[in-house]
Amino acid sequence: MSVTFARSDAIPGARLFRGPLVSVLSVVGFLLVWFIAAEIAQSRLLPGPVAVIHYIYEESVHGDLLTELGITLWRVVASFVVAMLIGSAIGLAMGQMPALNRALDPWLIVLLNLPALVIIILAYVWFGLSEATAIGAVALNKIPNVIVTLREGARALDPGLDEMARAYRLSPLSKFRNVTLPQLQPYFAAASRSGISLIWKIVLVVELLGRSNGVGFELYLNFQLFNVTAILGYTLAFVAVMLAIEYLLVQPIERNSTRWRNKPV
Amino acid sequence: MNEIQRAGVTSRFEIRIEDKTHVGADGTLVPAIRDFVLEVAQESMTVLMGPSGCGKTTLLRIVAGLDDRFVGEVDVPAGARIGVMFQEPRLLPWRTVQQNIELVAAPDFGPADLEWLAQAVGIADMLPRYPQELSLGIARRVALARAFATKPDLLLLDEPFVSVDERTADRLRRLLLEVWSARPTTAILVTHNAREAILLADQLVLLAPRPTHVVAVETIAVPQAERDGKAIDAIHADLLRRYPANFTST
Repeated sequence: MSVTFARSDAIPGARLFRGPLVSVLSVVGFLLVWFIAAEIAQSRLLPGPVAVIHYIYEESVHGDLLTELGITLWRVVASFVVAMLIGSAIGLAMGQMPALNRALDPWLIVLLNLPALVIIILAYVWFGLSEATAIGAVALNKIPNVIVTLREGARALDPGLDEMARAYRLSPLSKFRNVTLPQLQPYFAAASRSGISLIWKIVLVVELLGRSNGVGFELYLNFQLFNVTAILGYTLAFVAVMLAIEYLLVQPIERNSTRWRNKPV
Repeated sequence: MNEIQRAGVTSRFEIRIEDKTHVGADGTLVPAIRDFVLEVAQESMTVLMGPSGCGKTTLLRIVAGLDDRFVGEVDVPAGARIGVMFQEPRLLPWRTVQQNIELVAAPDFGPADLEWLAQAVGIADMLPRYPQELSLGIARRVALARAFATKPDLLLLDEPFVSVDERTADRLRRLLLEVWSARPTTAILVTHNAREAILLADQLVLLAPRPTHVVAVETIAVPQAERDGKAIDAIHADLLRRYPANFTST
């Protein structure tokens, strides 16, 4: 007991390095390196953090940055919801029905290995440059990953708990809510985690190729103007939005739904 | 419709399994139960005792309605409420003890019922806890409370006291008897433990090895409350003399 106590307090200030301080220091360090690099380069092609943050502020107040962010965010959310709904349904069905799994497995492998760009180009060619095509194309890129993850979840369902639910004659809805869904929760969490980051990258490509607004379109525009400040500004702003979603939405939900875990006996 | 089904519950249950055969992964047929006939008396404790692997769990799964691939008939009415205690507690880890109990409870199971039941099995302090915080012995008590929370027409217990130490198991058996005497219920318990069987049974059913069938049905007249160590020894000695094959291995 005393040994553990001594070890945790042996180095003065060791406790400080455990909390969020490390993360903050790491970000400050990154900004510092960026700042120094920009000062040395003194080039229009590598603006410093001050210039980029100033650009974000100006464009938010006087320009369209917030609107463009909103449009892209909406596409991310829409694609995410579509991909999760369709992917989960197919994944669960394949996990529970071996025959269906054998029938759909080749299609799944094809879809998993089809480059995002091919899906997007073909979708635009066949279904036109519309909002629905854009969202559908992004969702189609994500669906196979959701299927693979949720199929594993369906295979890992505990047969003992299933028997319990049947023996006690739980209604299908009650069984789904109380027995099945909590078992799938980690798989949903894993699919959403990797899903959001993958989707927002693909949304930018879709916007670049066939939309006339959104962050992807703005990036393309400023690429043609060689406006690196704008490119970095838009990127930074959207990364900030995704970080906010991660820390303020995804992680609290996850903590709440797994609070029964890892409690000592 | 429910009334008609419940009317069936008040008569005796009959279990008749002519044939139950497991099909192995490689297609081999393993006969588990053959010509099994048993009448289960109302509000009594029927204990099925047989060697390990004789098909006791298979039998109980059929009675619970979890397995319908057999030849025969189990006249447990469709509307009968069933409470089950499995070999493992099988609690939902993401629900608290109270939620686990209330999830399966009978529609008229109220706060007073919960309080009585929690007191009776000694888990009153545990209601807000999650199952992972409980020891196996306590988790078994919760599983016992859950089985009674359905106010069952039929209570099924599948070796519910294995893999806990003998003292804990003994306390759990006494708890079962207490709750069961306060709420008389038709119960079927399977075990391979002779002393457990003798302590709990009104009707002791001796089973043959696989493919299993009934060897004999013994009625134990001494009330459960009076079965102390000495009484159990006496009954055991008597049964050992008459059924050496069933009582020597345990």
